Amino acid sequence: MSVTRREFLKVGAAVGGGLLIEVWSPRRARADAGKGGGPFAPSAFLRITTEGVTFVCPQVEMGQGIQTGLAMLVAEELEIAPEAMKVVAAPADRAYDNPAFNLQLTGGSTSVKAQYEPMRQAGATAREMLRGAASRRWSVPVADCVASAGAVTHAATGKRATYGELADEAARSEPPRKPQLRSGNFRVIGKPVPRLDARPKVDGTGVFGIDVRLPDMLVAAVVRCPVPGGTALEFDAAPAKGMPGVADVVRIPSGIAVLARDTWSAREAAGKLRVTWSEGPNAALDSGAILATYRAAAAGDGTSIRNDGDAAKAFAGAPRKVEASYFAPFLAHATMEPQNATAHVTPSRCEVWAPTQGPGVAKEIARQITGLGSDQIVIHTTMMGGGFGRRLVQDYVAEAIWCAKAAGRPVKVVWSREDDFQHDIYRPAALHVLKGGLSADGSPVAWSHRIVTQSIMKQAAPEFVAATLPFWVPTAVKRGAGSVAAWFMGRADESAVEGADAIPYVVPSVSVRFVAQDPGVPVGSWRSVGHSHTAFAVESFVDELAHAAGKDPYLFRKGLLAPASRNRAVLDLVAARAGWGGPLPPGRFRGIAQHASFDSFAAAVVEVEVKGSAIAVRRVVIALDCGLVVNPNLVAAQLEGSVVFGLGAALKQEITWNKGRVEQSNFNDFELLRIDECPVIETHLVSSSAPPTGVGEPGVPPVAPAVANAVFGATGKRLRSLPLRLGG
Amino acid sequence: MIAFTLNGKPVQVDVSPKTPLLWVLRDTLGATGTKFGCGAGLCGACTVHVGGEATRSCLTDVGTVEGKSVTTIEGLGTGKLHVLQEAWLAEDVSQCGYCQPGQIMSAAALLAAKPHPSDAEIDDALSGNLCRCGTYPRIRAAVRRAAGVVR
Repeated sequence: MSVTRREFLKVGAAVGGGLLIEVWSPRRARADAGKGGGPFAPSAFLRITTEGVTFVCPQVEMGQGIQTGLAMLVAEELEIAPEAMKVVAAPADRAYDNPAFNLQLTGGSTSVKAQYEPMRQAGATAREMLRGAASRRWSVPVADCVASAGAVTHAATGKRATYGELADEAARSEPPRKPQLRSGNFRVIGKPVPRLDARPKVDGTGVFGIDVRLPDMLVAAVVRCPVPGGTALEFDAAPAKGMPGVADVVRIPSGIAVLARDTWSAREAAGKLRVTWSEGPNAALDSGAILATYRAAAAGDGTSIRNDGDAAKAFAGAPRKVEASYFAPFLAHATMEPQNATAHVTPSRCEVWAPTQGPGVAKEIARQITGLGSDQIVIHTTMMGGGFGRRLVQDYVAEAIWCAKAAGRPVKVVWSREDDFQHDIYRPAALHVLKGGLSADGSPVAWSHRIVTQSIMKQAAPEFVAATLPFWVPTAVKRGAGSVAAWFMGRADESAVEGADAIPYVVPSVSVRFVAQDPGVPVGSWRSVGHSHTAFAVESFVDELAHAAGKDPYLFRKGLLAPASRNRAVLDLVAARAGWGGPLPPGRFRGIAQHASFDSFAAAVVEVEVKGSAIAVRRVVIALDCGLVVNPNLVAAQLEGSVVFGLGAALKQEITWNKGRVEQSNFNDFELLRIDECPVIETHLVSSSAPPTGVGEPGVPPVAPAVANAVFGATGKRLRSLPLRLGG
Repeated sequence: MIAFTLNGKPVQVDVSPKTPLLWVLRDTLGATGTKFGCGAGLCGACTVHVGGEATRSCLTDVGTVEGKSVTTIEGLGTGKLHVLQEAWLAEDVSQCGYCQPGQIMSAAALLAAKPHPSDAEIDDALSGNLCRCGTYPRIRAAVRRAAGVVR
């Protein structure tokens, strides 16, 4: 069903960035235009008035540049400059569901891939309706009406009207059934357009979630049980209530909230709370014990994910055998903007301002807490200081709604950095056990891979299922459906094995199994999700096989990739650009890795220097094939960011548990890569006319294994556990 | 009452002198361009200038800026964007943008002290400002660009 024909639009009102933005359906817009002038809105994504063109962006902007990327797609077809449009964040409404999930959610590197056609159709629909309006107004053939730069012109008569001037008339016409899209010769697509939201990010005027200020607003600091899943047995609020500026202390499901006139007063008073916790079933969480349990579990069979040939038999008969296991730890997201949300709840209305990757999920959370109807709940997605998967889970949104409900006035919940590290939804730890058999000539004949990890979707499914189902479905039914989904996900969760199941290397016998474990750690999507650990294991192990076969790691991989494959093309590109095999400065060593994810293909060559136990990454050359590149400037930025993100995990980061508690608390013990540790990064994009695919995440997975492989080149030591550490 | 100069204008606040300058700026004075990142001087998101020096406002008691001149991202440019802000736009540095006010304030203090810093001096001056999006390569380029302009 084409987006332009969907009868999906509800009339509603929403506020984005502090301005009233109305969303209109074609039918309603026509009706209102007939009554004397409503805005012309050929789809929920566009609003055209004499004031100008507003693009209501369905995907959330979290730094990846999607407002710019999608605006370019609309602008291409609408015949207007992207910067001539005002871009606003969409409110929570099913009209803005991400077609990839049937849920209003931004994640999984889906935005451009899923919205490439719909956004262009939205632009083209408006363009055709505006040309039609001009044709009728001037009584000239529509074919002679040219849309360009925000206006329609008729060359023979010299007539010209802006889109705004034609909007009312256009709104009274039927949308075209299948508007013609440009078939090439793009004017905007493919150009390195600067991001449209750059200015407020350098002059301090950008309003992030944490910057939201409302009249009569209180700020809340929440004290939570240090053990996930624990609850407050009793608490003494008196010392906190006696602190200056404190308005109230309330119990909410996640802990005890101190409501005060400002952030600092709330934080100071929260420190005075005395709470007795029931630590619950996770009180003994311990990283060492979890790893021991995973090692023992690796002997189990788990669920078969892929089974080509007979890997066990081929391995047994192989003249040369390689066995290795790899470990990736729990990780925090560490968005620079700590979690926060603001809510105002009255008996008839719930309004939320939140930096969220899932406005649709936030709306469902609001419904469950307040019991209000769809048109009584308004979610404003604010600018946000990074997402990386953290803001798919919206425990912080629930906290704000609970607090606001209790306070009867607006409340902003602001997490401390310690809260953020110790109450994250972590990247799951994973143990990978690999066995490879080589023939006498060094060709792989057997590949066996067991993945021991936690299912993300088992935890995430209930909330996603509830938000995906129609709003009116009763909570009990949603819970039931969520439980069923969680049960299935806990057994065969693609996000636990992605990247390991579809290895592109040609090996006759392959066995991949998922051994699900659930130590109880809250886990979720972390930039590149399962690929973030499967690529480390697979690409390290391929390197080990190459070494065992006595072959060059680049040529070994190349020989196992299908000649015409995109995996091989991107590997060749990165090797050429990095000068693989060429001379290096003294003390410099290279490593290579390739990995496909989110329908894109990435490869990286890393150059390291090792001094004592210190690993310094000096140069990273990374290449990506993401199909057609909508904006090379922003794709390059995503690759640069992916390298920095990947290096942090490769060299520095882990979350560890002791007595049920996370041991890290701030940037001193969960370090991010710093600028003085940042290598030279060179990005290369494959020129392609294939449909666009993922950009935000595919650059991350090859980074850690390429570093590990370079360290092996430098030292002869194979580091099989992240973060990579050479013994002292 | 604590009195100081904020972006060239005198301000008075009635708060405890122990309150961190960051929260006075953000909550009391409504200048939210200065960001909260860690509360422990570890990330640099809250960087402002006190008497021209790059300062972590999350660790600065407001009582200690009595009578001093405080500059935040909102006041860095005088009527127009600072050369660094222009360079940030030219290099399209920002991704999420949350850390960038702090990055720019640290860079501005560097250029004020050293108009033509070396690459190592740029890295050193900005090594206390974290960016999770990974904009470091473009930050370097923007500072170099601005340093070329400031003569």
